[in-house]
Amino acid sequence: MQDEMKGYRGLARAKLEEHGVKVWSEVRAVNDAGSVFEGVILPRSETLDDEHIVIKMRNGYNVGIHIRRVASITSLGYKEAIYKIPEREFPVRPNLPKVTLLGTGGTIASRLDYRTGAVIPAFTPGELYGAVPELADICNLTTKKLFGVFSENMAKEQYVALARAIGDEIEAGADGIVIGHGTDTMGHTAAILSFMVQQSPVPIVLVGSQRSSDRPSSDAALNLIHAARFAAFGDIAEVMICMFGPTSDRYGLLHRGTRCRKMHSSYRSTFRSIGDIPLAIVSRESFNYLHKDYTRRDRSRRVKVDPAYDDRVTILYYYPGMRADLVEALVEKRYRGIVIAGTGLGHVNKPLYPALKRAIESGVHVVMTVQTLWGYAQMYVYDTGRDLMDLGIVPLDNMLPETALMKLSWVLGHTDDHEEVMRIMRDPIAHEITAREPHNGYLIMQGGLPETEEYIATHWK
Amino acid sequence: MIDYAEVGLIAGLEVHQQLLTPTKMFCRCPAGHYTDAHDGAVLRHMRPTLSELGEYDGCALMEFKTRKNIIYLLHEENVCTYEMDDTPPFLVNQEAVNIAIEQCLMLGCDIVDEVHIARKQYLDGSIPTGFQRTAIVGVNGRLPFRGRELTITQVSVEEDSCREVSDKGHLIVWRTDRLGMPLIETVTGADLRTPDEVEEAILLIGRVCRSTRHVRTGLGASRQDVNVSVRGGRRVEIKGVPKAGWAPRLVHGEAVRQVNLLKLRDDLLARGFTEASSIGVASADVTDVFATSELSFLRQEKWERWIKEQGRRPGFELGAGPFCVRAVRLRGLAGTLSWPTQPEQTFASELAGRVRVIAGLDQRPIMLQSEKWPDYRGAIQELRKVRARLHCESADAVVVIWGPEEDTVTAANEVRLRYIDAIRGIPNETRQPFPDGTTDFERILPGPDRMYPDTDSPPTRVTRERVEHLRAGLPEPPWVREERYAGAGVALPVIHYLIRRGGADMVDRLVRETGADLKKTCFLFGEKLVYLRRAGVPVDAIPFERWAELSRLLTEIPLLREAWELIVRRVAATPAGSVSDVVAGQGLGLEPSGWRTRIPGIVERAESRAYSSDRDRIFRIALGDAMGALRGRVPAAEVGAELRRALEERS
Repeated sequence: MQDEMKGYRGLARAKLEEHGVKVWSEVRAVNDAGSVFEGVILPRSETLDDEHIVIKMRNGYNVGIHIRRVASITSLGYKEAIYKIPEREFPVRPNLPKVTLLGTGGTIASRLDYRTGAVIPAFTPGELYGAVPELADICNLTTKKLFGVFSENMAKEQYVALARAIGDEIEAGADGIVIGHGTDTMGHTAAILSFMVQQSPVPIVLVGSQRSSDRPSSDAALNLIHAARFAAFGDIAEVMICMFGPTSDRYGLLHRGTRCRKMHSSYRSTFRSIGDIPLAIVSRESFNYLHKDYTRRDRSRRVKVDPAYDDRVTILYYYPGMRADLVEALVEKRYRGIVIAGTGLGHVNKPLYPALKRAIESGVHVVMTVQTLWGYAQMYVYDTGRDLMDLGIVPLDNMLPETALMKLSWVLGHTDDHEEVMRIMRDPIAHEITAREPHNGYLIMQGGLPETEEYIATHWK
Repeated sequence: MIDYAEVGLIAGLEVHQQLLTPTKMFCRCPAGHYTDAHDGAVLRHMRPTLSELGEYDGCALMEFKTRKNIIYLLHEENVCTYEMDDTPPFLVNQEAVNIAIEQCLMLGCDIVDEVHIARKQYLDGSIPTGFQRTAIVGVNGRLPFRGRELTITQVSVEEDSCREVSDKGHLIVWRTDRLGMPLIETVTGADLRTPDEVEEAILLIGRVCRSTRHVRTGLGASRQDVNVSVRGGRRVEIKGVPKAGWAPRLVHGEAVRQVNLLKLRDDLLARGFTEASSIGVASADVTDVFATSELSFLRQEKWERWIKEQGRRPGFELGAGPFCVRAVRLRGLAGTLSWPTQPEQTFASELAGRVRVIAGLDQRPIMLQSEKWPDYRGAIQELRKVRARLHCESADAVVVIWGPEEDTVTAANEVRLRYIDAIRGIPNETRQPFPDGTTDFERILPGPDRMYPDTDSPPTRVTRERVEHLRAGLPEPPWVREERYAGAGVALPVIHYLIRRGGADMVDRLVRETGADLKKTCFLFGEKLVYLRRAGVPVDAIPFERWAELSRLLTEIPLLREAWELIVRRVAATPAGSVSDVVAGQGLGLEPSGWRTRIPGIVERAESRAYSSDRDRIFRIALGDAMGALRGRVPAAEVGAELRRALEERS
């Protein structure tokens, strides 16, 4: 049962009731200065006070009227607004590849929520097609909404369901998979899917948007077009993220699921490959493969879905002066795996050693990554690192901390045997550890330097 | 001439006025810092979205059809990642809200209790987000106007847009320095009835806004849109009228245009064009007909050279497809192309405007048409071939457009759509003004469907305490001041100048604090200083304290008034020291001993230079010479009397 007073409580709600009107009523309100406000009563955000009534006026503007200043409200009618993109059935073109779009929520599929005034994930993927008709020229699209959650709410249950759904779609003959996902934890999902869905015969592309699709300047449509094109025609059959390369509407980059990270809270070009170069450039017209080492599309390969997961794993982001009781608390709470994001080449301070030793002795699996993100955990370089290895902490080379978290969760879903755990952790499945870091991988330009300024003055950002 | 009352002319205003804040409205970038260079650029596109009521806006759809590539030029000094639309807005600048409230109070508005930020879609690219953040602050205002009232429907505070750098084919370039600066938009009721009233109302609102001193002045700091319609017509917005003085001709021109378009509608209806399907438009590729034409712009090789000269790149400025000359047959519409609309213009201009803006075909003359075919060798034969190709009959009209093939197809369709609009009357449009009083199509007028709430910004509560606090600090309304000054005998143009340029505050303070004479002070600041300022004397740098001292001195020693210019020049040139030092340094106020003895010599020299025995002429020359050394030391009247005496003696 929908609340007819959506968001109104206390005094404001009483005021509306007093005048016999409700949310979506068309009204003529007059205040104590004789000002007339004609329009529709909008729902009010629950986080705001209970002293104002919000009216969307005929000219499209919204204003809040204080209830003490209301002289009269006359009802003129009722018209509930339904904000939706017209849902259209996707046209079938037999000669185009079959792509399945799996919806999980997130900004790429969003609409306004008048209750909270926030953007909530609510478009069905079918509605997405109504908004991006170009998709019909790319592929035959099947859309399935698995869940509608913010990406920070993705967890074990969703990962398992998503992996299974991908497997099912591939078995059912999809030529490519696109996953609509919120960007905040898209990197985590891409990493876990890299382990849960192996030997895929077709591309699996995660995509989202940094500007919601209710804005004219949204990156959602172009991201979706890029992702769908690659899923349909691309040659890399791995789990990947496809998002804007530059912030300009130019091309997308394909990042390997295990080597990718969101690096800016709001930029369009937020995703960057870490420790490597991106796999490919995707534009409306073409693909430019940047990497040679990838698994090629091969319809004859059978996908292997292995959705194991244990969520008793955490990341310990080391900082100077970290206290041992933090580690002890994790052991006490029966955490089974700890990924340390250590300083430099993979270090923590000495007072932590006894606690870590006890943790490992009690069966907790402890691995080391680097919080610099770029570069390798090379614990043999300094004594401190060698001491930590002696304690039983295993370095994961250039595996990203979040990827390590996801992989350890997945591994612990299979076995608790320490040696077996560490063997699998150090044995790359989806390039989560690479033997070589390319010299053109680490490029963080510093603004202000003449050469950088020259570059950004002559290239679209 | 037309009788405005008879045709039912109605006009209203939307006056945009930038607010004087140090920073922008939704980020911390400096406001008012303009740059002509850039150190970065972003390329974007816009897509229409649905309003919260689930409908697309007509204007938004039109802008999408134009498929514009949009480039934003960035400069590190005046934009951050907010303007680039890569960072959500910061909390709204409360100083801007306060100034907006002040403005509303000056305009006699009721202040809303909660200010809600909305998004107003603009798909022309003028704002990188694709929408302008805007919020109503005041409603229901009124100003005294010509013995009646000018109603103020609403006042909103909003972020300013980008400045256009260029618009070629499918590429539009914007500079972002102005983007995000706070401004208010004052919307009047449709209360204006003649072109002159429109000008007067613009000036009135300008005076009201400027009287708080919290708004920006100078080029581009205030701009107005003028809404015009006639009886039976529809609202047309003349956008960005830069000067009030342009308004009368523009409003007149638009009134004439609407009257003429309504006559065209009646004519079309009488000829049986009653619904959209009755407009028969067919087009054909006639590139070959013009392959050797004297109209060189219709020849492929010339067009390609033009594209090269213009630096138009495929995928950016240039549309898709090979060069194409397209002829459009307008079935049974002969005579409509030469139908007069605005002064010196015909209905063909209406079509050309749409072709230019929507299809992006902007090479002059943009369009050729059968009712004003250019005169050249082979003209008749070529037009005949075109008509034959289209199977035209004598009652048909023809237009020809050229450019990339896809754009010519879009253009042909726009011609059809414009005729459909014509049988319905006046399309709701935004039109671009020109100094000669004509206008050209800019875009379809957006409707309320383009508005939706800004989910990034919480509403701002405006308490009555806040309103009353701001009200207490307001200057007196300009019309009250106007009455007061006029009562003292000051001329109206001087009053308006003082209010507009800010001198009025100084005048009032001097009168209040030094007991200066109102009329004389108005004269000094409203007329005398204008001339000095134009001559480059830095009079605006003189602080109040020195004006006050000068004012006291002039009251004490009226004789010094005669030397005001000399004193002001010296005061402006010597920023340090008191005004009395300046006066003393010049020996002013002290009568030089023995000045009378030099008078006969001065008269004698004047006689020899006059080359005339006209006594008045000799007197004027002598007075000029004498006052050079005596101004501010001996009253001019006294010097004059002495001169007359000397003249008498010599005759």
